[in-house]
Amino acid sequence: MGPNPKMRKEFPDSTRSSPFPDEVLERVLSLLKSHKDRSAVSLVCKDWYNAESWSRAHVFIGNCYSVSPEIVARRFPRVKSVTLKGKPRFSDFNLVPENWGADVHPWLAVFVAKYPFLEELRLKRMAVSDESLEFLALNFPNFKVLSLLSCDGFSTDGLAAIATHCKNLTQLDIQENGIDDKSGSWLSCFPENFTSLEVLNFANLNTDVNFDALERLVSRCKSLNVLKANKSISLEHLQRLLVCAPQLIELGTGSFMPELTARQYAELENSFIQLKNLNTLSGLWEASAPYLPVLYPACTNLTFLNLSYAFLQSLELESLLCHCPHLQRLWVLDTVGDKGLEAVGSNCPLLEELRVFPADPFDEEVIHGVTEAGFLAVSYGCRRLHYVLYFCRQMTNAAVATIVQNCPDFTHFRLCIMNPGQPDYLTNEPMDEAFGAVVRTCTKLQRLSVSGLLTDLTFEYIGQYAKNLETLSVAFAGSSDRGMQCMLEGCPKLRKLEIRDCPFGNAALLSGLEKYESMRSLWMSACNVTMSGCRLLAREMPRLNVEVMKDDGSDESQADKVYVYRSVVGPRRDAPPCVLNLSGL
Amino acid sequence: MQGVFSGGGSGGSVCMSTVSMEDNVVMSSEDSSSPDEGELELGLGLSLGGATGFKGSGPRGCQQYARILTAKDLPSKVSSSSSSSTTSPSSSTLSRAIATAGTKRTADSVSASNGAASQVVGWPPIRSHRMHIMVNQAKSQVTEEFSSMNKRKNAVEEKVGNKNINTDNTKARTSLFVKVNMDGTLIGRKVDLNAHGCYETLAQALENMFLRTTKTVNMARLSTPEHKIMIDAKRHSQLLGGSSEFVLTYEDKDGDWMLVGDVPWGMFTSSVKRLRIMRTSEATGLGK
Repeated sequence: MGPNPKMRKEFPDSTRSSPFPDEVLERVLSLLKSHKDRSAVSLVCKDWYNAESWSRAHVFIGNCYSVSPEIVARRFPRVKSVTLKGKPRFSDFNLVPENWGADVHPWLAVFVAKYPFLEELRLKRMAVSDESLEFLALNFPNFKVLSLLSCDGFSTDGLAAIATHCKNLTQLDIQENGIDDKSGSWLSCFPENFTSLEVLNFANLNTDVNFDALERLVSRCKSLNVLKANKSISLEHLQRLLVCAPQLIELGTGSFMPELTARQYAELENSFIQLKNLNTLSGLWEASAPYLPVLYPACTNLTFLNLSYAFLQSLELESLLCHCPHLQRLWVLDTVGDKGLEAVGSNCPLLEELRVFPADPFDEEVIHGVTEAGFLAVSYGCRRLHYVLYFCRQMTNAAVATIVQNCPDFTHFRLCIMNPGQPDYLTNEPMDEAFGAVVRTCTKLQRLSVSGLLTDLTFEYIGQYAKNLETLSVAFAGSSDRGMQCMLEGCPKLRKLEIRDCPFGNAALLSGLEKYESMRSLWMSACNVTMSGCRLLAREMPRLNVEVMKDDGSDESQADKVYVYRSVVGPRRDAPPCVLNLSGL
Repeated sequence: MQGVFSGGGSGGSVCMSTVSMEDNVVMSSEDSSSPDEGELELGLGLSLGGATGFKGSGPRGCQQYARILTAKDLPSKVSSSSSSSTTSPSSSTLSRAIATAGTKRTADSVSASNGAASQVVGWPPIRSHRMHIMVNQAKSQVTEEFSSMNKRKNAVEEKVGNKNINTDNTKARTSLFVKVNMDGTLIGRKVDLNAHGCYETLAQALENMFLRTTKTVNMARLSTPEHKIMIDAKRHSQLLGGSSEFVLTYEDKDGDWMLVGDVPWGMFTSSVKRLRIMRTSEATGLGK
């Protein structure tokens, strides 16, 4: 694993701004981890640019089409770890066709030549094939960390290749992917002499793995500290795994279906007592009240509890939370109701993040879930709350105003009132004042998702007050082009803007001409933008890629889905037929 | 078809808050005829150890079993697949919003398959993998979205489902979540029928879900597993207090409402769509 030979650029002394030799500067800069800091540092002068380039070990590429792998490799010769993001976020909600692109393979083809000692690859919303996974496993002997989040195009065969060939693997993290889950036999492919695993997350895979193989794997990997199993692992299995790995820091249980004998129950309780270092707990499929107490001994140091797969009610949640005094992050289903959230407010004073997911997002028959009351209750008890994702069916302006008064430190405020265009249910007014209160009060706000009935006033507020806002999601909102204009004219730090089903047209789109190059991307779907508006944008801004996708049967002039992003490599050449590239025309 | 994807609705129903007519139909159009006194009644024991068995049509007072109505007592052919043409104010707001926003095209292209005009692709914004987990996979109908990604995911779901059924591993099974609602309770629950092999454990599980009090939760916490079982039994008799206040019914594939307990368990699980714990007073029928 030797370093690449260095290409020294000689500068006459008079132009050297730095009195340090390059090696010292590199050493100092190598302590910088944040890629934003590194980008800033690289702009100081040519020496610093070079030193930063040589010392960068981890590169983060937020949009795989903004740059090419060749350019990345040319600038950063010593990279060991790459994070790549591909498709627009709305692909998570089926708004992007399957063959859209973001194939990782062209990147691997360059990495095999330029970064043969690559150790870590983290992919989000990329298209990954089994061939690519096998290519990765066979060609990178130092490969250690693979993380696939929301990717698709591969099957468990690809995972088998990774397990078989990556002798130095420390992390395998497979989350929420569109994976062809053929069989669980991939897990049996880890060789018997393989012991380096530290992180194993296969919670979202559906097929059964061979439990004996898993048990042996967990036993021999003494450094394993994160284990997130899937539903095929029963409670009985879990008990045996915990006995092998009491050192676990993060645990995702398998199925929590109650099916143990009394003796087995006692054994399971004991195993949880042994988990002294646990700070994260998830899984808990089919968990129910009689068995939750088994977790209590392990909850003392818990900081992150993910109950979003457990259909718990308020009492069950309350009983559990009594034992989690240090909880900082909590994910739940809305089956816990407002009463459950009251329990959160009462028991979790250190809570910083709350996500409430809907158990039945499409069920209109019964009034259930959470309301503004639950959110309010949390805000009174959890003053440190700064991250919220909240799905509900009713909300009021007054409640939101009170919530942000209680918790002014919000950095991420994602409120989803599930019925599009729904007003304040008490006053019948738009929810403008709610989000006005959010942006006025929460000066550190970085991410905002709005919902409910909203007029342009909401966006006036956002443009005026949201000085630190970077990511904004808008759906079924606004009254006219002015709404979008306000967002684009304000919000100096805006990087990602995603809009769907809003009455914003060409005038709005074109008002952001100056803005888009300072942003990562813009998504607009089901708005009033036309092809000619997009063409004009593409013509005026040659360094933007303007891509349009049309829906079946739509008007010829309508630009149904528009994706605009800055790029230094021009229009991409791998676009499928459904993606129209308007740039460079 | 298995799985429901974001933007799709279950059973072709609208995904916004429209009121379903199904429940009203069941509750309001009660059959006025009363059952035969000598009719066979199957009792579904809601207490531990309660066996299904025949009971005479004697006084209800001291029974600990929930009375089960036979299908005759309930209106038949409750059409659950009637087109969801009912619109609530919020739904028409949505329609207006959609029209204003120019999304008619999107809505149309999605709704072609099921006629529900207010279905919206990708809304609420919940990732597909969460949808798979939460929704009763075997019972929902998939709405065909425009994306072929969904077709592949459907294939994955079906493959996975079949595979689990065929596997030797006794621990492995598909989940069969059905919704359960109880009269008077706002919050519906879901129960995994495949986690139970018989009516008794199902009844117990439902009672745990719907008829528990804080006191019993605390008691459960403090006791050992052996004691738990005894406490449960005591609790059951307390709560039911000898009067069967509720009956357990289910809606089958054809939309009929049936008593739980009539048919063999396997037949039941293959035809059940959802459960309802009805107040006996509201359920028609058996002689008072």
